[in-house]
Amino acid sequence: MEHKEINLNLKVWRQKNAQDSGHFETYKAENISTEMSFLEMFDVLNEKLINEGQDPIAFDHDCREGICGMCSMHINGRAHGPWEGTTTCQLHMRAFTDGQTVTVEPWRAKAFPVLKDLVVDRSAFDRIQQAGGYVSVNTGNAQDGNALPIDKAMADASFDAAMCIGCGACVAACKNSSAMLFTSAKVSQYALLPQGQAERKTRVLNMVAQMDKEGFGACTNTGACEAECPKQISLSNIARLNREYLNAQMSL
Amino acid sequence: MTWKEYFTSSIGKKFVMALTGISLILFLIVHSTVNGMIFFNDNGETFNFYAHFLSHNWLMRLAELGLFVGLILHIIQGLMLWAQNNAKRPVKYAVNPGNATSAWYSRSMGLLGSLLLIFLVVHLSHFWWGTKVSLYASGHEGHNLYEEMKNAFQIPWVVVVYLLGVIALCWHLIHGFSSAFQTLGINSPKYNPIIKTLGIAYSLIVCLAFAMMPLAFYFGWIS
Repeated sequence: MEHKEINLNLKVWRQKNAQDSGHFETYKAENISTEMSFLEMFDVLNEKLINEGQDPIAFDHDCREGICGMCSMHINGRAHGPWEGTTTCQLHMRAFTDGQTVTVEPWRAKAFPVLKDLVVDRSAFDRIQQAGGYVSVNTGNAQDGNALPIDKAMADASFDAAMCIGCGACVAACKNSSAMLFTSAKVSQYALLPQGQAERKTRVLNMVAQMDKEGFGACTNTGACEAECPKQISLSNIARLNREYLNAQMSL
Repeated sequence: MTWKEYFTSSIGKKFVMALTGISLILFLIVHSTVNGMIFFNDNGETFNFYAHFLSHNWLMRLAELGLFVGLILHIIQGLMLWAQNNAKRPVKYAVNPGNATSAWYSRSMGLLGSLLLIFLVVHLSHFWWGTKVSLYASGHEGHNLYEEMKNAFQIPWVVVVYLLGVIALCWHLIHGFSSAFQTLGINSPKYNPIIKTLGIAYSLIVCLAFAMMPLAFYFGWIS
């Protein structure tokens, strides 16, 4: 791959703390290698800011290999930037052209308050998970692979749902700030497996109740969440969530 | 979970939108079919016969009542959801993805629905109100709905308003049809292509039929 160095104009959201109203500030990111990740570009810029005695731009990051779900950035109007099925840390600078202006914003949602600059508080997702996203039986040691028969298609669908890393891109991309894709993935991964059956109905009721309590919007099926999800979680999970919820209502 | 908890949850609210939406979709099949009778070009004889049947049959009158309940629920719930969902993002994005991640009409159901509501006020005051008044005043003595249609659609602005209403309806239906099934939990690789194709075909056929009516009267395609 051709190696290049590019210069970018960055418009970055700066906000001192949760109370501050915040504003955009413009920075020049110079001599950026196209092989860098988007976060590494921010590292270079922050290095420069620190050397100049300025406050570095705060952003969330952890694993930098696309599985922790921390790097929440809305880049040029897209959650995790212009590439499909990618987290910000896996977005490389070759996605941009020399001299391009790049606008970087935090996730915008009432349920995800901004803590500082690009860092938002996503603990609402933790509370949804804590409301029922678990199996509360003592499972003991891992069983033999064949001891618990599971249909291959079900196991695959459950695993696809379990791919969700809880990054919040679905909420960020949704015009209603709805967390239905996240919640549906967490409900689905258990609803499809035998281990999840014991608490199947109470799980969906409690998780949806918590989702509503946290102040996420309702789903209008625009499909923006599915388009932006770095793990490409399917909208069919939201349909399953609706079914599970109706079923629990009808029988509990 | 109580019924109240179900119907006030985010999923329950959408469930109401989907059920009332599907009942309105079914109604539009009857509405467009009966109105399509004008194309027999028999000076409205067939059309007036069915119009008379619909407004005098007690089962149809009961269905009309159900239709209005569904319609009002759909409107109120829709407007409330629009306002509630909008409030979930107090600080908006400076840059938006446009149509890169979703279709414009799927994001504009509130706007399209509001346009339809304005159209509906004009539409009901044109035809429904007059029919009801004549029904209760004189038992439909001398009431000719076909003639009323013919007269109304001689006025250019009326034709334009109806065409705009039909265009808004078409986009509203294209998203609403498949969206209703998704909300009811019907989503599987087996059904999805059928629902999608059926939804687009239904929206285009119904809206084309409705659009033809004012045009046919205005340009004198039917006498």
